[in-house]
Amino acid sequence: MTSIADQPGVPATTAAGISRRGALLGAAVGTLALAGRSAHAQGAGQKPAEIKVGIATYLSGPASVFGVPGRQAAEMLFDEINAEGGIAGVKVRPIFVDEGPGVDHFMGEYRRLVQNEDVAIIFSAISSADCLACAPLADEMKRPTLLWDCGTQRVFEDGRYQYAFRTQANATPEVLSALLYLLKVKPDFRSIAVVNQDYAWGRDSWEIFRTGLNALKPGVRVAAELFPRFGATDFSTEITRLLALRPEVILSTSWGGDLDALIRQAAERKLFERSTFLMPLAESSLERVGKALPAGHLIGARGDHWFLHPSPRDPAQLARFTENYRKRFNNWPIYPCHHMFQAVSAMKTAYAKAIAAKNGGWPNDSELAAAFRGLEFPSLTSSVTIREDGQGLENQIMGTTHHSDRYPFAVMTDMMVFPAAQVTAPVGQKSTEWLKTLKPELLTQLPATAPFR
Amino acid sequence: MSRHIEWLAALLGAALLVLLAWSAPWLRFVLTVALAKGIAVLGLLLLLRAGQVSFGHALFVAFAAYAVAFAAPSVPEALLLLPLAALGSALVGLVVGLFVVRYREIFFGMLNLAISMVFYSLLEKFYSITKGTDGIRLPPVTIAGQALTGATYEWTVFGIALVLALAFGALVRVYLASSMGQALMGIKTRETRLEFMGVSGRRVLLAAYVLSALMGGVGGAIIAMTSRHVTPALAYWTASGELVFIGILGGAGSVVGPFLGAVAYELTRVYAAAAVADAWQLILGAVLLAVILFAPGGLWALLRGRRTA
Repeated sequence: MTSIADQPGVPATTAAGISRRGALLGAAVGTLALAGRSAHAQGAGQKPAEIKVGIATYLSGPASVFGVPGRQAAEMLFDEINAEGGIAGVKVRPIFVDEGPGVDHFMGEYRRLVQNEDVAIIFSAISSADCLACAPLADEMKRPTLLWDCGTQRVFEDGRYQYAFRTQANATPEVLSALLYLLKVKPDFRSIAVVNQDYAWGRDSWEIFRTGLNALKPGVRVAAELFPRFGATDFSTEITRLLALRPEVILSTSWGGDLDALIRQAAERKLFERSTFLMPLAESSLERVGKALPAGHLIGARGDHWFLHPSPRDPAQLARFTENYRKRFNNWPIYPCHHMFQAVSAMKTAYAKAIAAKNGGWPNDSELAAAFRGLEFPSLTSSVTIREDGQGLENQIMGTTHHSDRYPFAVMTDMMVFPAAQVTAPVGQKSTEWLKTLKPELLTQLPATAPFR
Repeated sequence: MSRHIEWLAALLGAALLVLLAWSAPWLRFVLTVALAKGIAVLGLLLLLRAGQVSFGHALFVAFAAYAVAFAAPSVPEALLLLPLAALGSALVGLVVGLFVVRYREIFFGMLNLAISMVFYSLLEKFYSITKGTDGIRLPPVTIAGQALTGATYEWTVFGIALVLALAFGALVRVYLASSMGQALMGIKTRETRLEFMGVSGRRVLLAAYVLSALMGGVGGAIIAMTSRHVTPALAYWTASGELVFIGILGGAGSVVGPFLGAVAYELTRVYAAAAVADAWQLILGAVLLAVILFAPGGLWALLRGRRTA
């Protein structure tokens, strides 16, 4: 039909126009169809030409403050693997997808990664909602999936999965270690206020904190529970109230632009001089806020992620990673970079384990997935173990801000590294129930602090 | 003539969708969501005929999706959940409609937007019930008593969506041709004349509004059963904007338009996201601009040829 319509001299009538459009449409549909129907090779257990890895991260929206560093770390680490000859001689290639448009879109992207790109493994995701939604899908599609950065503890407390694993901690140890650190360095405080972002993480983290606080130090007065809008840029109302209420401690699990704005505005109005701030995610904002964040406040890093970690497993490797990342991207690596390192490290270690278990044969999807259970793999600062329920056991670092001439931003001193087993809810227990059983004796078993050097 | 073309286009389109869903398994999910959104946009089309644009129709989509999520543990049967959720949305549509049909144009659009954002806030703030932005995971549901899994489940939901899309397309065609539908166009041209004829503009609009809420509900229920995870983002104003976007993209001239728009929108989005993960919004925006500039009647008018645009 196209040929007739395209012949010179044939008038482009409406009929011919439709047929041309029809032909174009047909061609488009045909291309789509051909693009989609690719054979599934990697599940079969033959050595592939390359290992494709789907990586879900935020490339747009407010959470891209984590997503973009995560992506950059992945690019650097994948380049390093390929420079060393790949995993068991097979090159690796990351395929990034944006979590920005929401869960519905991501569910489609996950299917595309599995059924069209035929990735061997998926790193997913930063958003807790995406993790909750993709863990069951991982089992359904039988593709190994590593939850590399999301926070919610509900994934493995409410469900059991064969193909989904977490290469990092969850909200419970992250918030509990902040609470324990506070109780250690400021044991006599009597009042606290909270300023969290108004969404699931802000609410969840306060719930965990309050439950732990009631068990370990009952009777603390909660001066105010403030939940400013997610993405808020102005905190003058909150700061005015906090200045009037004078709580001894102010907890904020906020992150990104929200936290940056809160720190800058609180510093301007001297709120830091009246109250001690406890900010479990502040490590990711340090470089941006610079020395606006005064010394003497308590901060954390969602794990034991700190480029000046007091006792890293391999100091040379941590220094090399930090230096290479800085050279290439002109920023200090923050916790999502560490989380990405852990996902990559887990993948490398699991492949080695699965290949060894098969006497050098290439593992299929289920054999690879099985290798993750009970896997211990190195992180940049220590090591992480994946428990039998799929949850990762990751140490937690907390510290007090300190101003040094060597860095243009606050760094940590009096650092405490909590062993993962001490702060993570045991297998099969729900965090909120477990937190209620904590005893104040726990405070006598805490690790020693290490100063900034 | 037009009637035959629409039927032909609908059947051809349905066949193409089945072919696409078969040839690229990962598109099955995307196309099911596209059909669901198409049904919701079809509801918007009714209001567009009366010259009214609702910037808050995601309310009905999200209401039905959450209704499915909350009812699924006790009623795990898709064929009951779907009509229940859709009727729920229609009921909400009746209550909201009684209020908003008193307003026209920008006031109508903005009030819809406001009400849908109130619902969004409720979903987000009643954290202990709705789990906030983390959303609710749907338990597995049976379809006609059958516990389906994997590809069979996806095919079945896709089939349901396709049948419902065709059915609602036919219904809207009949509705638009009826006196109620003709009266809708009367609201657009001159409502006073309608009133002089003894027809209440508000009632005509209310009927269309409830029907459109019902279709939004059907779309929402299908989305919930497809993605099996509902979050408040379904009710956010961008979700409403997306529906209007699809309506413009597809064209309001025919009942085929919303589906054409929805499929084009979803495919553009996934292919743009696959091609350039960090600039897909740019491509989507460029496509809409191109449609507005070069095909103001939408994709439907483009396919039918310039003379009818």
